[in-house]
Amino acid sequence: MGEAKLTEALAEIRDEFLELGEQDRLLLLLDFANELPELPERYADHPDLLERVVECQSPVFLTVEVDDGSVTVIASAPREAPTTRGFASILAQGIHGLSPAETLEIPNDFPQMLGLGRAVSPLRLSGMSGMLARIKRQVREKSDAAA
Amino acid sequence: MTVEVDAGTEKFTGYANPNRLVSTDWLQEHLDSPGLVIVESDEDVLLYETGHIPGAVKVDWHTELNDPVTRDYVDGDGFAALMSRKGIARDDTVVIYGDKSNWWAAYALWVFSLFGHKDVRLLDGGRDKWIAEDRETTTEAPGRAATDYPVVTRDDATLRAFRDDVLAHFGNPLIDVRSPEEYRGDRTTAPAYPEEGALRAGHIPSAASVPWGRAVADDGTFLPVAELEGVYRSDAGLRDGDDVIAYCRIGERSSHTWFVLHHLLGLEHVRNYDGSWTEWGSSVGVPIVVGDDRGAAPEPRS
Repeated sequence: MGEAKLTEALAEIRDEFLELGEQDRLLLLLDFANELPELPERYADHPDLLERVVECQSPVFLTVEVDDGSVTVIASAPREAPTTRGFASILAQGIHGLSPAETLEIPNDFPQMLGLGRAVSPLRLSGMSGMLARIKRQVREKSDAAA
Repeated sequence: MTVEVDAGTEKFTGYANPNRLVSTDWLQEHLDSPGLVIVESDEDVLLYETGHIPGAVKVDWHTELNDPVTRDYVDGDGFAALMSRKGIARDDTVVIYGDKSNWWAAYALWVFSLFGHKDVRLLDGGRDKWIAEDRETTTEAPGRAATDYPVVTRDDATLRAFRDDVLAHFGNPLIDVRSPEEYRGDRTTAPAYPEEGALRAGHIPSAASVPWGRAVADDGTFLPVAELEGVYRSDAGLRDGDDVIAYCRIGERSSHTWFVLHHLLGLEHVRNYDGSWTEWGSSVGVPIVVGDDRGAAPEPRS
């Protein structure tokens, strides 16, 4: 495998985490959790449009919109699940505005690049990998449909 | 130094060890009691940071109670270092609470018990009840002074069962506390939980299926003793003097059931098989039953 290719926003997020000590990384994850936007109204009334991420221990639902060649991730997770909210928020912020091709090129091990293994545990991080895999699948489906 | 027990909650008086539970009212009144340390232990590693009971310290099951390399708990040195760092003294009263109806809180209480920490209690109803009652939370760090907690050898014989203990246990009661889907062998993980790597699905032969949730009310508090007797004695057939092993997937939900059987119903010999299904379901050559039937107990292997 060559050097992992990260788009600017994702690389910035990774660097933000790696600059901190392990305990502070948790607090940064909490900042991300707090930044996860509320569901837009068109989804709030239609939870059936969102896909459940079963790899996460807490109920998290997400969907992807591909609009004019740019990807948006929309996710919802309860307040009682800040770790899951944080993961969703990182991906939503890092992916926002990328093209489908750029999104599909995000390394699958991006969740492992954030230095959270020890503070959060690898088991919990697998939830984020599950989200990323589902985002990519949806991007694939939705950009095929548009083509 | 220990703190007085919660003698004011009517429901507790029916339990075998009423001193092992405190109510949210009691905790509210004792927040500042010297000798009391409140511990939050959650499934979600960040939940504590969003706001916790004033003064509470956090103990994470995964990153702090488990050894980072071996699949095991920390040893005596590790536990002493953890307790000292958290500001917990050997004779402190510890009240543990957490999310998910106290699964991880019960798990932490069980691990504390492996090290013989004497006075460790659960907050009935856990974190959800405290929040639902609109009680105070804070993000302020507790700032407890470090203590000098002694190094105590972990006792793996009394409250804990290993795989070989289960093989030797056949003929005695086993309680499977997982969901019916996991028990039957339709799946290896709890519904809506991630795959944690068991190669076979089903249950340990002869185990009774009693999902952990049958012990709690809708608000996450433990059911009154009469109802617990119905679930575990009448339905599952447990009797005083039984030697019981409980298991689930990784030992957290079965810690909850262990707490019920041992502390609330007063069964003396109850062990938690923490290897649980993630070990048994991947172990070579151990017997497994699929479907709703318990299956006959094989000959015990020694």
